[in-house]
Amino acid sequence: MTGRLAAVAATIALLMFLAAPLAWTLVASLTPEEQLFDHPAALPRDPGFDHYRALFDERNFLVPVRNSLIVAGLTTALAVPIGALAAYAIARLRFRGKAALLAFVLAISMFPQISLVPPLYLLLRELGLIDTYPGLVLPYLTFAMPLTIWLMVAFFRQLPRELEEAAMMDGAGRLRVLLEIVLPIAWPGIAATAILVFLYSWNEFLFALSFTIGPERQTVPVAIALFRGRYQVPWGQVLAAAMVASVPVMLLVLLFQRRIVQGLTAGAVKQ
Amino acid sequence: MASIALERIEKVFPGGHEALRHFSLEIPDGEFMVLVGPSGSGKSTALRIIAGLETPTAGRVLIGGVDVTAVPPQKRDLAMVFQSYALYPHKTVRENLAFGLRMRGAAAGTIEERVAEVSRALQVEALLDRRPAQLSGGQRQRVALGRAMVRSPRAFLFDEPLSNLDPALRGDTRAELSILHARLRATMVYVTHDQEEAMTLGTRIAVLDNGVLQQVAPPRELYERPANVFVARFVGSPPMNLLRGTGQIPAGISGLDPSTAVLGIRPHDLAIAATDEADVMVMVEVVETLGHQLHLRCRTESPDPAPIVVATAADRAVAAGDRLPLRMRRDRVHRFDPATGRRLESASGGNPG
Repeated sequence: MTGRLAAVAATIALLMFLAAPLAWTLVASLTPEEQLFDHPAALPRDPGFDHYRALFDERNFLVPVRNSLIVAGLTTALAVPIGALAAYAIARLRFRGKAALLAFVLAISMFPQISLVPPLYLLLRELGLIDTYPGLVLPYLTFAMPLTIWLMVAFFRQLPRELEEAAMMDGAGRLRVLLEIVLPIAWPGIAATAILVFLYSWNEFLFALSFTIGPERQTVPVAIALFRGRYQVPWGQVLAAAMVASVPVMLLVLLFQRRIVQGLTAGAVKQ
Repeated sequence: MASIALERIEKVFPGGHEALRHFSLEIPDGEFMVLVGPSGSGKSTALRIIAGLETPTAGRVLIGGVDVTAVPPQKRDLAMVFQSYALYPHKTVRENLAFGLRMRGAAAGTIEERVAEVSRALQVEALLDRRPAQLSGGQRQRVALGRAMVRSPRAFLFDEPLSNLDPALRGDTRAELSILHARLRATMVYVTHDQEEAMTLGTRIAVLDNGVLQQVAPPRELYERPANVFVARFVGSPPMNLLRGTGQIPAGISGLDPSTAVLGIRPHDLAIAATDEADVMVMVEVVETLGHQLHLRCRTESPDPAPIVVATAADRAVAAGDRLPLRMRRDRVHRFDPATGRRLESASGGNPG
């Protein structure tokens, strides 16, 4: 009984530890600016949406939200299908230098991001892509593709090979096997990968800061960072913006959670 | 329907494991050929090479007399039933059955007709809208069989399809497979590690060990005239008794020189005899009761004691510790070369070696 109580207490403590910063952000974003530093209150005395109003009316925060959605969405839409195809080839086909290829893909994602900024900047300037959506999506693929490939290779490898062999015996070619058998079964893995790629792209800061110039193409993290003025930081608005930045991601995860966890392979082969 | 031939197949896996060596096998049109052997003998590799799921390192595969060595599995028009059943988990039973026809561009009407026909024959009509996860093991097995039957492939390949079923169901399904073969007169290649399954199903049986073909013969010939010591021990249950050298082989077996031959005698070909007629005295160590008969695990009282198993009628009163005189049925004594393990043929003629 005491063991059970201890477990419950530990769980609550852990949850509070994890949720506290988020709760604090939410509370602070609803607290008027002049009361922000009064005392650490659990609940604001006069809650209001002033910061949110300021965010969208004065700061035009919809523009960075739109930019982030477009850039993260495009990155995901490009990286996941192409990366999944590459991962399937690596997982299932026999070809020379496969291990080297996989190591190379991993190596790409090991470069410190800052070391990529100068060469990429020169490249993008040459192509006239500075301060454009492709100017962000293409650099994002440098981390999105390795991430996709590594996650999906692991996922494809653990699918029962006999299903694909059965489909081949049934007369399906490689592409039909991929479309009719592998992808429908791998769907939870693909969804999980897509969410991770979207998250990384949504949160990315350095490339977005380096390869954009004006507010027209800035993404959410960059926009929030640039809120600070010369003499003060508008903390209320920063925290309100943080809430706005977190909500789509949280919704996405909650929406797909069940789908991801659901084991679609049950009953395929004898376990 | 078509004949299948494997010609001088070699298969070396990356890493150097030799799965098949100089493997040649001819399977005439309409035959039920069983490939049997212990695990790692190469039987599944041989089947997968016929299917096209593995490429031989050397040698040719012919189906209907045409070289298909370089043809991918989807173009060989064979049907295969897997040990794990490999049903598509996201598709209903109906879609599972229809998949092969759909991939080959059959008309919707034809597909519906064939699926209905096969599901009726296999009694899975009521399950057509379920998914594999909602089926029992036996039902999954029937659907896997149905998926192969729904087309008219050039040959059926079976990779240990019964090994996941419980024993009662296995016997029934085995009988159904025999009936199916008689009805379709289709070429069937069946892999199993179970010699009893092989004996009951096969028109002919190919016994493999360690990547090498040991013998190809009808079940009866395999049992009565095993080509070597391995086949002699592998086929038949309990396995054939082997006696070696003057210390084990009793004197007075005509035509058998203990120094140049290994003697083989099946447990069913040993009889408890009168003491003066006995070839060998044994001490019973364990009595196994099977209901219809007894298996006596004994040790010979020869100069070099050897284990020996006797099968005898169940009504005989025998207990562990008993001493028994045994006589071998002379016409059932097998002789093998001690060096090569090969069968010595001239045995009954009384001229060993």
